Amino acid sequence: MACQSQHHWNRRTLLTAAAATSMSWLTPLATKLVRAQELAPDSQAPAKSVILLWMQGGPSQRDTFDPQPQASEKYSGGVKSIATSAKDVRIAETLPLMAQQMHHLSLVRSVVSREGDHARGVYNVKTGFRPDPTLVHPSIGAVMCHQLTDDLEIPRHISMLTTNNPARGGYLGDSFDAFQVGDPQQRVPDVIARVDVDRDEKRRADLFGVVEQEFARGRLRNLDEKKTLHQLSMKRAVRMMASSQLKAFSLMDVSQTKKDRFGDTSFGRACLAATQLIQVGVRCVEITLGGWDSHINNTSTQASRSKIMDAAMSSMLAELSETGLLESTIVVWGGEFGRTPWLNSTSGRDHWPHGFTIALGGGGIQGGRVVGETNPEPKEDMQDRTADVVDAHEVEDIHATVFKALGIDYEQEMMTPVGRPMVVAQGNAIQELF
Amino acid sequence: MYKNGVGCLPCRFCKYSKELMTDCLEKQIYNAIIHYTINLVGNWHKLTYKETVKMKWRPIISVLICLVVLGGISSSLLSTSQIGSSSAWRKRPLHPAADILKVVAAVNREFSDSWKNADLETATPASVLAVMRRASLALHGTVPSLEEIREFGPAAQMVETTVSENDLLDRYVQYLLADRRYADYVSERFARVFVGVDTGPFLVYRRRRFQLWLSDQLFINRRYDSLCRDLISSTGVWVSDPAVNFVTATITDDSQGRPDLPKLAGRTSRAFLGMRLDCLQCHDDALGTIDLSFDGMPREALQTDFHQFAAFYSQASISLGGVQDDFRHYSYTYLGDEEDSLISPKVPFQSDLTLPAGSRRGQLATWITARQNRAFSRTAVNRVWAIIFGKPLVYPVDDIPLMGPFPPGLELLATDFSDHDYDLKRLIQIITRLDVFRISSRATFDVTSQHEHAWAVFPLVRLRPEQVAGGIGQTARVRTINADVSYSVRQQQQQDILSFVKRYGDTGEDEFEDRGGTITQRLLMMNGNFVKDRTRSSEDLNTAARIATIAEDDEDAIEMTYLCVLTRLPSETELHHFLLALKDVSPDQREPILEDLFWTLINSTEFSWNH
Repeated sequence: MACQSQHHWNRRTLLTAAAATSMSWLTPLATKLVRAQELAPDSQAPAKSVILLWMQGGPSQRDTFDPQPQASEKYSGGVKSIATSAKDVRIAETLPLMAQQMHHLSLVRSVVSREGDHARGVYNVKTGFRPDPTLVHPSIGAVMCHQLTDDLEIPRHISMLTTNNPARGGYLGDSFDAFQVGDPQQRVPDVIARVDVDRDEKRRADLFGVVEQEFARGRLRNLDEKKTLHQLSMKRAVRMMASSQLKAFSLMDVSQTKKDRFGDTSFGRACLAATQLIQVGVRCVEITLGGWDSHINNTSTQASRSKIMDAAMSSMLAELSETGLLESTIVVWGGEFGRTPWLNSTSGRDHWPHGFTIALGGGGIQGGRVVGETNPEPKEDMQDRTADVVDAHEVEDIHATVFKALGIDYEQEMMTPVGRPMVVAQGNAIQELF
Repeated sequence: MYKNGVGCLPCRFCKYSKELMTDCLEKQIYNAIIHYTINLVGNWHKLTYKETVKMKWRPIISVLICLVVLGGISSSLLSTSQIGSSSAWRKRPLHPAADILKVVAAVNREFSDSWKNADLETATPASVLAVMRRASLALHGTVPSLEEIREFGPAAQMVETTVSENDLLDRYVQYLLADRRYADYVSERFARVFVGVDTGPFLVYRRRRFQLWLSDQLFINRRYDSLCRDLISSTGVWVSDPAVNFVTATITDDSQGRPDLPKLAGRTSRAFLGMRLDCLQCHDDALGTIDLSFDGMPREALQTDFHQFAAFYSQASISLGGVQDDFRHYSYTYLGDEEDSLISPKVPFQSDLTLPAGSRRGQLATWITARQNRAFSRTAVNRVWAIIFGKPLVYPVDDIPLMGPFPPGLELLATDFSDHDYDLKRLIQIITRLDVFRISSRATFDVTSQHEHAWAVFPLVRLRPEQVAGGIGQTARVRTINADVSYSVRQQQQQDILSFVKRYGDTGEDEFEDRGGTITQRLLMMNGNFVKDRTRSSEDLNTAARIATIAEDDEDAIEMTYLCVLTRLPSETELHHFLLALKDVSPDQREPILEDLFWTLINSTEFSWNH
């Protein structure tokens, strides 16, 4: 794992040193380190990594982490709740394994947004901003990679099993886009050269030694460094192809027992691989589980998804906890919105951004806590649908919370390519989670 | 089926063209589906439960069958690549018209003056081959084929000795514009501006149909102002009246079957006026980034400006009959207010222009495309410039100050555009004839970013993903991949390009943002199937294999490979280097070496950048 020198320092050391030299030498990095320590929760080093479990389609809060069994059938969907390892926290009976891990996880049951369309909702929850036609905002992983330096041979930002709308670098540049991979059963795409080693090396030698030299003639000085970054990214790609860290994507050396525990599903395998990726120093892993868009037959659809999610997520939390990685890794679970508190005429639940659940824990965020609550039986014709959501939190508050745990100053402004200052996160960190 | 009414009007358009005939046929089938479904729903209550269960599948099956039929018709008749002969260019004069050359000279002078004022040296003219590559990438999204290089490149001067380099390039641009690939490629660029890249609402939006329609309009070189009026104000069904997809693309699950007014207003201001009014949706412009001052009258941009502009779309409604206009009013609660205000439509500047009677959308369309509204012409010119160079004249492409200052050329080009019937092909001919398009991207002096910024050298611009994919596809074939090659080859090519672009990273609507190369892109280029399948010498149809067979000698093979991939001949150093690699090798070893050369050139910076 790459040495992350900022962890050898703490705020006091820096301030002492700064005082000795009258503070004037503070470089942007030093300032960032000081700020990181200030922003991080007391007595805890900032988190280093994030795993985002992305429930594509919009999971139903009533069928997962916010069941309302006391409500009538139309609202509860007949879903019962069970006790968990966290005191007074009950979740849906379809998540028995997660129930044993809830002391690691807190629930924000009062998330609200104004985006009820899939594409817009995904954008909103993944970036913390509403879609803006003049700008693409970066996702959490992209901001992390932009703010924190590493020397990793494989990409620091990874998206697994994502077919649509993977996490993007946005205005930070597509070099911060998530590197996309599929089921860990398959090889990482395009990392094996198509010819033998000698030919491969000869090809690149011809490229760098002859063709690139010719192209650079008569153009900008330091063309590659200053403008094209072509050879630079190619060299990084070649380094990745030869890296032993690639093994972190593979489950070849993992025991069958462990694989079984995560579930024999692509999502389960991805969760298992994510623990390995975090171990080698990857900053952010996004894993997608689709199929939550239950406009018809909600209960059975949600139950089938929950079964996959239950095994994988609970095992991942257990694994991270056992290896000690959970202390430095934030796990976030959620989708683009929730689902209506009531069943529709086809026993489905429709899109509902007016009070849904996002779960998060690890990396300094306390487990076993619940923030906010929703009305078990809200009126369907309410004008203001968020009026009876207790302690409502906008999506951007989740982002602010995650950045706070990471020690990233979320109030700082980054500059877009057209010179437009843009705050990292618009919201406020949820204090009850620290 | 038609006896009861919905779609039984006799078609009077069929005699005009195949496209319109297909439109009509689609409309009839569409109407038949709706009619059948309405009948079925209407009679639902009369059926027994058993009959209901039995009947339940009928509409679904019927709709599926009709969709398959529609798909077949669309792909066979509407596939735009089928129509449009590439030989039309031959009938055109070799030289551009005198008035075109006059505008070109005037714009050249403006640039020349700006360089002189900034005390900047300028690059010498680029080679014919370099400009051919730029033009092909700009208008077809691919590199020239070896066949095209032979026909239009410097070799043609050996046959027609009096033809100048500029003549060769003028003829090549005319050829490119006459080819259907121009309309197909450029229409996708415009489609991204008009409707974005999302698949959009399922039932009421047909992006592919919209893009095909747009391609048809560009191919017949329809007036751009007329085309834009259609987008803003058309009524009808998204399948048979594809322009309305501009409106239906904005419908979301939450908008209750009506278009999203703020989204439409924002898109309209960016696409047609080169203004980013979007920020005004929620508040006044406190930072002074939007300037609505006009004719010397300073004015701040207010939240009301945005919503009054959006109110022009308030009457657009969606029903089974398609997009229509009703009498709905628009109300909105402004920041700081407690109650909704009823909002009347009002344009954000030049409100003295007369608005015609009729629908609100019709009024907006007329105002936007009025000749006096120069923002419209400037925006179109800046967009076309960006498509051609890969970089707009004013950056960002959709943020042009209303009252300037304007860069060299913009005003002259905008005036010529509006004075000549908003003729896109004429505009393209002018821009591609300018010195700044035909200047070299390298120089003997020390090139700085200031030179690039002032267009004193041709700017280096990263190719868009589909240009990279199109380039690789064409590179693999000696012959031009155009309407003359088999349908299956073109279809396969399109499919492969789509999947390549998805992996490479689609730029979406932000096509002209400079983006850094990614590891994913380099891995895909080095080791991906798309490149491998097109460079391997074991595939007889691939250029690498063809060249190994047809080249007269090693030098010829290397030169052909360079022409195919980089549209240039190798330098002395390069030729010497690769000749050594081929020296004294057996025929069996020769093919892999040429395959390696293909790989090397395709993976170069030069291949992935416009220069």
